[in-house]
Amino acid sequence: MKKTSLHDTHVELGARLVDFGGWRMPVQYGSILDEVKTVRTAAGLFDLGHMGRFRVEGPDAVALVDRVATNHCARIPVGAIRYSLFCTAEGFPIDDLLIYRDPAGVFLVVNASNTPADLAWLRAHSGGLDARVVDETEETAMLAIQGPRALEILRRVASGGDLDGLRYYRFAFGTVCGLPKTRISRTGYTGEDGFEVYLPFAEGPRVWRELLAAGSAAGLRPIGLGARDTLRLEAGMPLYGHEIDGEHDPLEAGLAFGIAFTPEKGDFVGRAALEGRRDRPSARRLVGITTAGPRVPRRGYPLFQGMDEVGVVCSGSMSPTIATNIATAYVARGRDVPGQELELEIRDRRQPCTVCELPFYSRTRKTQR
Amino acid sequence: MRPDDRKYTRTHEWVKIDGDSALVGITDFAVQELCSGNEGDLVYCDLPEPGRALEVGETFGEIESVKAVADLNAPIAGTVLEVNVEIEEHLEVLANDPFGRGWMVKIQPKSKSIDGSDLLDAAAYEKHVATQEH
Repeated sequence: MKKTSLHDTHVELGARLVDFGGWRMPVQYGSILDEVKTVRTAAGLFDLGHMGRFRVEGPDAVALVDRVATNHCARIPVGAIRYSLFCTAEGFPIDDLLIYRDPAGVFLVVNASNTPADLAWLRAHSGGLDARVVDETEETAMLAIQGPRALEILRRVASGGDLDGLRYYRFAFGTVCGLPKTRISRTGYTGEDGFEVYLPFAEGPRVWRELLAAGSAAGLRPIGLGARDTLRLEAGMPLYGHEIDGEHDPLEAGLAFGIAFTPEKGDFVGRAALEGRRDRPSARRLVGITTAGPRVPRRGYPLFQGMDEVGVVCSGSMSPTIATNIATAYVARGRDVPGQELELEIRDRRQPCTVCELPFYSRTRKTQR
Repeated sequence: MRPDDRKYTRTHEWVKIDGDSALVGITDFAVQELCSGNEGDLVYCDLPEPGRALEVGETFGEIESVKAVADLNAPIAGTVLEVNVEIEEHLEVLANDPFGRGWMVKIQPKSKSIDGSDLLDAAAYEKHVATQEH
């Protein structure tokens, strides 16, 4: 198992560590539900050292990304970030990622468990292009600070980069804890306002400590992957291996916003297949489920309407923010309408549940889909 | 050392003979695995109806925390006489007193003796837990 720069820090903090995507990662420092509440009401600090981080360099860096990724990299303004996918030729996701359009080149952030496959996929498609992909995951650290007080806390240790003026899904280079030219993005996976910062590996523990020291009075606490999963689920954000996988089309997952079908985008891996399915309504759709019953929906639990199996749960959690049990699920067209009453089957028992649109909660996404 | 007045399973249940009946619960280790010492993260416990007949190893219920679900397995065969209704409302009892007030079901054992079964005594369970700790 790989260790992030903060591994020993997590051990000292008494975190419960688990193997996740090839890394030893903290799942929780204390109560998961309390950690969720901390991020919703104050701020949380996350070690994201496991996320895959690639620099794409060379004159054809943008062209390489546009050949493989579904979003249109050449159209992203320098300093902006877009959500995207890598798909197979059949148009099914290999991974989802964020594309940072750098002043020169492109920076990609991918899922930990898919990092080797993504790297190989990019390199396999670089034929004829003057571009190279550098995996800097193991030489760097990545932290996130998320929550309504994230800005005021980060401001205390940062200078330059105009944090206040940095809009959602934009990034800048500023000084963080004395480290110049630090990549700071206004992004996150919690549905809260917040930032992600990218550091040299050796600086991870110091920046973590200084951020905690600067923010503890404002309520900043370390937050593990357990709470992160509930936070992203409340915010309706997909997770590879749950809402997104090789068997679900990104269109039925509601991820069309990450795919560019414009002529200017040009061909990309999976384009023809995705276009072929684009105007045909999919048989099923990703929706939210709330259930007032005591059982937490879990991945794989089927959903029924009477005798008909009409869906299946992708991810579930108790939601401390909306105080009910929630899930994402693929549900058959016609039964996917908000307010639709269904039944969740847990072993041999049924529990009533109701379809809703995603997200369950978002501070950053003002207009709900 | 955990109480030596009872026997344990490898799946972290305990059974204690109490006169003609037997009490069954889960160990502190099981609770710790589910919620890492944060009893507020336990969300649900599903217990059987009285009258249900259980075979050895049969799943008689489930316990659920924010991030995990675990089966409850019968350490002995018998018939459920009573379930601990306090648990359903107060899951923290499981964290605070797993070997006492945190009992889950009272069983009428099928056989009078639990000796000679595959159950572990406290010392053997202690060793078993040591192999599981990370």
